[in-house]
Amino acid sequence: MAFNSSDTAAFKGVWVFCEQREGVIMSTSYQLLSEGRKLANDLGVELCGVVLGKDIKEEYLKALGGYGADKVYYCNHELLDVYTTDAYTKVICDLVEDKKPEIFLIGATNIGRDLGPRCAARLHTGLTADCTHLDVDVAKYKEFLKTTSTIDVDNTVFEENTNLKMTRPAFGGHLMATIICPRFRPQMSTVRPGVMQTQPYDEAGAAKTVIENVDVKLDKSDIHVEVLEVKKAAKKLVDLIGADVVVSVGRGISKDVEGGLKLAEELAGVLGGVVGSSRACVDAGWITADHQVGQTGKTVHPRIYVALGISGAIQHLAGMQDSECIIAVNKNDSAPIFDVASYGIVGDLYKVTPMLIEAIRAAKAEK
Amino acid sequence: MKCIVCVKQVPDTSGVVAVKEDGTMDRAAMATITNHDDLAAVEAALRIKDATGCKVVVVSMGPPPAEGMLRELLAMGCDEAVLVSAREFGGSDTYATSQILAAAIKKIGVEDGDIVFCGRQAIDGDTAQVGPQIAEKLNLPQVSYVAEINVEGKDVTVKRLLEDGYMTIKVQTPCLLTCVKELNDARYMSVGGIMECYQKPLEVYNYETLKDDPLIDVTTIGLKGSPTNVYKSFSPPVKGAGMMMEGADKATVEKLVSILNDKHII
Amino acid sequence: MDLHLSKEQEMLRKMYRDFAENEVKPLAEWVDENEAFPEETVKKMAKLGMMGIYFPKEYGGAGADVLSYVMAVEEMSKVCGTTGVIISAHTSLCCAPIYENGTEEQKMKYLPKLCSGEWIGAFGLTEPGAGTDAQGQQTTAVKDENGNWVLNGSKIFITNAGYANVFVIFAITGVSTDKRGRKKKEISAFIVERTDPGFSVGKHEKKMGIKGSSTCELIMEDCVIPADRLLGKQGKGFGIAMKTLDGGRIGIASQALGLAEGAIEETIKYTKERVQFGKRISQFQNTQFQLADMHAKTEAAKWLVYSAAMKKQNHEPYTMDAAMAKLVAAETASDVTRRCVQLFGGYGYTREYPVERMMRDAKITEIYEGTSEVQRMVISANLGVN
Repeated sequence: MAFNSSDTAAFKGVWVFCEQREGVIMSTSYQLLSEGRKLANDLGVELCGVVLGKDIKEEYLKALGGYGADKVYYCNHELLDVYTTDAYTKVICDLVEDKKPEIFLIGATNIGRDLGPRCAARLHTGLTADCTHLDVDVAKYKEFLKTTSTIDVDNTVFEENTNLKMTRPAFGGHLMATIICPRFRPQMSTVRPGVMQTQPYDEAGAAKTVIENVDVKLDKSDIHVEVLEVKKAAKKLVDLIGADVVVSVGRGISKDVEGGLKLAEELAGVLGGVVGSSRACVDAGWITADHQVGQTGKTVHPRIYVALGISGAIQHLAGMQDSECIIAVNKNDSAPIFDVASYGIVGDLYKVTPMLIEAIRAAKAEK
Repeated sequence: MKCIVCVKQVPDTSGVVAVKEDGTMDRAAMATITNHDDLAAVEAALRIKDATGCKVVVVSMGPPPAEGMLRELLAMGCDEAVLVSAREFGGSDTYATSQILAAAIKKIGVEDGDIVFCGRQAIDGDTAQVGPQIAEKLNLPQVSYVAEINVEGKDVTVKRLLEDGYMTIKVQTPCLLTCVKELNDARYMSVGGIMECYQKPLEVYNYETLKDDPLIDVTTIGLKGSPTNVYKSFSPPVKGAGMMMEGADKATVEKLVSILNDKHII
Repeated sequence: MDLHLSKEQEMLRKMYRDFAENEVKPLAEWVDENEAFPEETVKKMAKLGMMGIYFPKEYGGAGADVLSYVMAVEEMSKVCGTTGVIISAHTSLCCAPIYENGTEEQKMKYLPKLCSGEWIGAFGLTEPGAGTDAQGQQTTAVKDENGNWVLNGSKIFITNAGYANVFVIFAITGVSTDKRGRKKKEISAFIVERTDPGFSVGKHEKKMGIKGSSTCELIMEDCVIPADRLLGKQGKGFGIAMKTLDGGRIGIASQALGLAEGAIEETIKYTKERVQFGKRISQFQNTQFQLADMHAKTEAAKWLVYSAAMKKQNHEPYTMDAAMAKLVAAETASDVTRRCVQLFGGYGYTREYPVERMMRDAKITEIYEGTSEVQRMVISANLGVN
């Protein structure tokens, strides 16, 4: 029987696309598996990881079980070593059409966001981009809304269903939208890296993982592009997402860019963190894009976030407002950054930061 | 050879964002701009035109005022514009939008040697989905996140960005590329271009124009044809007020550090 | 009179503003501090058609109108007075007299290169002993046995001089006697190229404002140019000079207008940020009334400038309109920029903020291309008050 994405009852199970680069599974996949596990439990179905690659180590495949996968579909083929849209789309769509999962999560990486839409278009189903929260259970969704929205949850009617509720920021974070895909399957979502929490690794789970080798039907004529080279950036990129402390700079350093960056680096050094930035600094060419926090940059939730000379455009806030402790220094007392700051100082960052560095050094020395 | 570039007019979210009482964005009250990534796509196409003399057609789906944006792109040097606009197309999600744009591009005609350009993503939706979905509907090879383009005859060699590096990919025309704004700095409109832009052809494709295309069907376009729907939309709560420190001198900083210390934050 | 901008003019304004904000403003302080002629900016403007805005396409122009040109000078001057006057002197004082008085051959030879910005243009009327009083001219042009013109003399305070390739130069070609037996110098206009033998650019003036504008002396020592460089009829140079200055005044009025508008924009932004006595200074009535007055005056000047531009476009007489526009816009610019510095207080006097530069730039608009006093003479003469 031909594949029919609107025959929703025929679809079962939660899938996670586990992206690999150079044979190594990306950490985003573990975040997605951890999240997928919760959804699979709520639905009472299996969680499967999908790996496309060439000669991936078995221990890597087994490890996916350690983060919650019951089963791993392993598509091993020479032409799947390096990502191409054509090959990956074909293999994944063939597999989806065969196995019919109800939910399919993909990490919103530069590759996931290339693959997801092409697959959704081919399968004729919906895809929600760059999600930051997922639910199937309405009660859990309501709990989520209680802490993250201004909706009077108890006095609002919610349609009861087990559709995947995919929440994402819209309009640069000014609004949040929860999207559903009620009439088609699989319900597809790309999920923003760094947002979902990875659950602790479970040895027993890993041992139980079932690995199913998929019979891949693929040849060169399926692929219309040629990858000539894959190159890693020479400079080591800053690991904003994993950082415990982020000291970010904004337009406020325009007076003396070099001096401002130096202060930020020094403060980050004292606090054991890394330097981030607002989009303005990246656009101005003061700092490379890997430092950018915000809607079009990275989402971070470090223990301490220091904002130096950042006014706090909503796009920036969207990427850092969940930080545990936010310290803001800005000349303008009405800067929106102070609306989300745990502690705010109205003052010149060039004067305040050196004092802050000194005071923290002194406090640490006392310990 | 020609270049077809898909562009979107978006609200300028870099400035003040107007919000209506129901919490949705008041698009009418906000300034509009051409989406940044799309401008990079236009510039990429214009550079190919500079080198080869090929034609550049811009196409946008949106309400009638989007004509203003298309005129500006004609003033930059594009040759023709198509505005895809109809009530039936309203409320489309990315899937439905790509069906409609793909039908419009088919009507413009994709021939051997042509390149279809899109921006990577629009700043109002940030989905990055429409480009690849158009490529699928047109059965064209795609490369997204393009940050460098080299055209030599039928061969197009591009640099495709990864988070931690890039891929160099060769693809043959016809193909679809989605461009990031880092690709180039878009040119300004020229005085001469502005004087000519109202004489250049701008066609409006409505439902009637496209309805015979198999891609255009009530079940695949508009609000009803969109696989995804909004379940709820909401505004994030304003975070509880933090503590504003008095002053900005040494005493202030020391007080802050002692609070942080007491709370074991540092 | 239609007070609405056309769709094209609205679009041009947007383009000029984008360009000024992104390409001109970031360099303005550097241009001033280093007395640097912004060559790269001129190239960029030329590429966009801004060096020949209102000339027809067949001569390489962009085919827009005089108001579109005025808006370009205005928008550039909002962020950089130097950039504004470069366009103005090039367009109004060199391209315009060639376009209006040149033969078809002269137009085809010079306008495409000037409009494309490949060549920059300048205008040489003023001499050490003759400013607005053109009868005080000393430079002479004499025909030699080969029919060439030989120029001798010098010109001073020539805008764009250091970078210009083409100069419209005025020189005495004879002396006539009127009915009452008074001797009158007969002046003619010439097109001189930088590479012509005997032509050289002399000392560069150090100025109070518009410091990046290249203001130099021109020296002609047996400067030989072919006969076909005579611009207009022999002996009609004085009329050409006066008509050219009428147009030039619209350009300078636009520069003044832009300076005033730019200073007001900067001041509004600053007064909303700066806090004194626990209030933003924009909350003080003095600030509010000052800015209200300044804006009203500037808008009034703007309509005079725009109306003069539209009259020139429509080939209506505009001599008095141009004089009024320049008088009012220049005095407004000086007054407004001075008051803006005052509202900035001590910071306004520092070079950290642009208003002091704007104040220095504004002063020249009351002086060059006819001082404010000369504009009053023109206006009163047109009123028949003599």
